[in-house]
Amino acid sequence: MIESPSSPLAPLAGAHVRAVHDAFHGDLLEVSMGPHHPSTHGVFRMMVTLDGETVVKLKPVFGYLHRNHEKLGENTTYLGSMPYTDRLDYFCSMTNNWAYALAVEKLAGQAVPDRAEYLRVILAELTRLLNHTCLAGFLLQDAGASGTPLMYAFREREKILDLFESLSGSRMMCNYQRFGGCRVDPTPAWFDAARRVTEEYPRFLDEYEALITGNEILMARTQGVGRLSAALAVSAGITGPMLRACGVDYDLRKAEPYGFYSRFEFRVPLGDHGDTYDRYMIRILEMRESVKILQQALRDIPAGPIFDSKAKIRAFRPKAGEAYGRIEGPKGEIGFYLISDGTGNPYRYRIRPPSFVNLTVLEDMCLGHTIADAVIILGSIDIVLGEVDR
Amino acid sequence: METPEQIRDRLLARFPGATVTLVVNPGASGQHSLLLDPANARAIAVFLRDDPVLRLDYCSNATGVDWPEKEIVETTKVSVPDPAGGAPKIVEQKTKRIQPGYLEAVYHLYSMALKTGPVIIRLRTGNRTDQVALPSLTPVWRACEFQEREIFDLYGIVFTDHPDLRRILMWDEFKDHPMRKDYVEPDDYEWEPTAHDEVLVRAKAHAAAAAPAPVAPPPAEAPQP
Repeated sequence: MIESPSSPLAPLAGAHVRAVHDAFHGDLLEVSMGPHHPSTHGVFRMMVTLDGETVVKLKPVFGYLHRNHEKLGENTTYLGSMPYTDRLDYFCSMTNNWAYALAVEKLAGQAVPDRAEYLRVILAELTRLLNHTCLAGFLLQDAGASGTPLMYAFREREKILDLFESLSGSRMMCNYQRFGGCRVDPTPAWFDAARRVTEEYPRFLDEYEALITGNEILMARTQGVGRLSAALAVSAGITGPMLRACGVDYDLRKAEPYGFYSRFEFRVPLGDHGDTYDRYMIRILEMRESVKILQQALRDIPAGPIFDSKAKIRAFRPKAGEAYGRIEGPKGEIGFYLISDGTGNPYRYRIRPPSFVNLTVLEDMCLGHTIADAVIILGSIDIVLGEVDR
Repeated sequence: METPEQIRDRLLARFPGATVTLVVNPGASGQHSLLLDPANARAIAVFLRDDPVLRLDYCSNATGVDWPEKEIVETTKVSVPDPAGGAPKIVEQKTKRIQPGYLEAVYHLYSMALKTGPVIIRLRTGNRTDQVALPSLTPVWRACEFQEREIFDLYGIVFTDHPDLRRILMWDEFKDHPMRKDYVEPDDYEWEPTAHDEVLVRAKAHAAAAAPAPVAPPPAEAPQP
């Protein structure tokens, strides 16, 4: 409170107030948001420069969880890094495993049996459901809808985590894929449970959409907020739902069908505006497509081995060379770049993390919006700091 | 999609002064790459992005690789004439040569418009100590912004014309480049100078100056690092 110098009880008016106002007018305020701010999805910091409430500059600061994962990968065997890829994006351990297995299989020229390819698709699409459901919950939490939407999302997530647990022994750190196949063959009971989850999922999506999608407050907070142009998104290497919300038709499952994705019928939803609402909507629509893929995969999965008989588990030494393998993870394109020098450890082990690259345009999207919108825009990027910092 | 050889030939025809070398990948993936000379790299990158046949509008991955100095022992067989007049002997001769070390930046380029790729380009520094500058490709693909900062941070390649070249994962005061092959982790890795320690040092100096008595109190326990 500003007190008049002459009398503390005198009403504030005239020259004194104007002087105070002028002194503040146009002054910029630098706010360090994070690293322990609850909206930053981990330990992430934004150095925000504000003019009033409007963001005029924003520099993301991260690296608080940096443990030099890539160096650790160079110092262990190929298989030794597999459980560690779970810890990158801990929502999507199954897709991280797959991306790594795919890169190593490219490096070594390793074949994968049909049943394992189907299993990979099933687990990847379950992961996509899990990740997008959580994102929808977190985004609403960031928008101020405290609790309810997130709990709805977590209730569904639990069902998928139960599937993962009964298959791999772990809810989140699955460590399930191997070079040349998968680790455990699911039982018929597991498939029944997976079918049940798949069948029930559209009902949850309807319920969630009835609760959220048409909500006026959500629309007011997200439509037209954090727009990203298609040209900038392509140049900045944005991938995943964030890219498709800008209307760019690029989904690796269609553009470069890895695994058996070319066998399934599904569509790639695209956005019109590239704003936060589109990024939310794309994820809901993608979940419906994932359910379609799951239904087809669970119906068509053949019997057979889940592990290539020629694959080596111990003393795995791919011959010298390099390979870059990438898949469409739930957050975007996750890639692994490996250089082998013929020994048991990779010479170079590089992860192309989707949320790290997607953060490039955070400032571009936030400029001109209020600080409260910056929170939602960050939430709509869908970052996990375990992956950003590595 | 053109083969790397075709792209190389087209680049050499378009940029007569440039050096473009095909780096063959002996592995199963068959992803060969093109080594560009740093002087022409920016112009070639713009060409690759805008060329209507390639349209490599998307830089998926940018990363560094460290290749330290390597001693290579080559064994050659030389026939030595026998002084006694017999048949010439075949002797194995070992020659050692030092292959100079360098840092490498690798870019994986794809086309989102045509859904093709990858085209892999590599840039190499002169050495690992004082000639570590490479042209930044951030002006060509914005996707390189954070990834080049990461290469600078972890490998020490200095990207010229990068808009904001700062450390990104390590803290600003950090001195070394931890992804290099010869990086040695310091013993006192966890130790950080804190205000508390400085205050203690000042307090000690203050106490020593204030107490001229010959019987000094035993010094306070040194703070554990």
